[in-house]
Amino acid sequence: MPFDSLPTPTLNEYLMISGLLFAIGLAGVIIRRNIIVIFMCLEMMLAAASLTLVAFSRFHTVDGLPDYDGQMLVFFVITVAAAEVAVGLAIIVSLYRARQTIQTDELTSLRG
Amino acid sequence: MPSPLFYIFAAIMLIGGTMVVFMRNPVSSALSMVLSFLGLAALFVGLDAYLIGILQILVYAGAIMVLFIFIIMLLDLKAEENTSFRPAALAAGIVIPLMLVFQLTGVINNQDNLHDIPALELEQAAANFDKDTMIHKRLKDGRLPDTHLLGKKLYTDYNFPLQMVAVLLLVATIGCVSLSRKNSK
Repeated sequence: MPFDSLPTPTLNEYLMISGLLFAIGLAGVIIRRNIIVIFMCLEMMLAAASLTLVAFSRFHTVDGLPDYDGQMLVFFVITVAAAEVAVGLAIIVSLYRARQTIQTDELTSLRG
Repeated sequence: MPSPLFYIFAAIMLIGGTMVVFMRNPVSSALSMVLSFLGLAALFVGLDAYLIGILQILVYAGAIMVLFIFIIMLLDLKAEENTSFRPAALAAGIVIPLMLVFQLTGVINNQDNLHDIPALELEQAAANFDKDTMIHKRLKDGRLPDTHLLGKKLYTDYNFPLQMVAVLLLVATIGCVSLSRKNSK
C-alpha cells in the first residue's frame, strides 16, 4: 500500500474536529431566525456527538475489535433523530398553518 | 485513514457546516447540510465504522434532508432572503461558540491522547466466535464484518432498547398524524 507510510490522525484531532462541528451548529442555533435552519443546526450538533462516539469506539479496542457499544449508541441516536425530525417538522407545519410565519422573532405569543 | 484524507474530509464537513449557518436561502442551507454529512460519513468510514457511515448517508443525507427540503418547498420560504442577521445575535453566535472551542482546546491540549490508532487484531479476535459463523470466517480472511458484529450486538445485548425504539417510532408516527390533521370538528 503506498499510503501506509503516511501518519494517521490521533484521537485528539477527531475530538477537535467534532468540537468544531458542534460549535458551528451552536452558532447556527444562536444566529439564525428561521426555525427550519435552527432545526438543521440541531441535527448537525447531534452528528458531531456521533463523530465523538465513533472515534472513541475505534480508539478503544476490545479483543482486537472496535468497541461496538459506542457505535450501537450512534445507531440509536440516528434512529431517535429520524423520529425527532418527523415530529418536529410536523410541529413546524402546524405552527406555520396557525401563524403564517416560521421566523422566531415573530413568534412572541409566550412573551411576558 | 491517512492524515491528508482526514483533513480533506474534515474540511468538507466543516465548510458544509459553515455554509448551513451563513446561507440566506433555506434550500442552500439544506444542500450544504448534505455536503457536510457526506464528509462526516467519509470520516466514519475512515474509522472502520462502515455501517454507521452508510446509515449516515442513507438516513441523514437521504431521508432526513429530503424531508427538510420537502417542508421548505411546501412552506415556500422565499421572503426572508433580503433580511440581514441581527448584530446582537451575530455577536453572541460568534463569541459563545468561540468560548466553547477555546475551552475544548485547553482540555484537549492537557490530555495525553497522542498515541496512534490501535491496530485491529482480526485473526486473534476470530477465536472468540463460533467456528461456523460468518463473523469467524470473515475475521479469518482478515476482513472486518462490521455489520454482522453490530447486528449480533443489537439482537443480544441491545434487544430491549431495540424494542423501545420500535415503540418510539410508533409514537412518532401517531404524533405526526395527529399533529398534521386539520382540527375540524
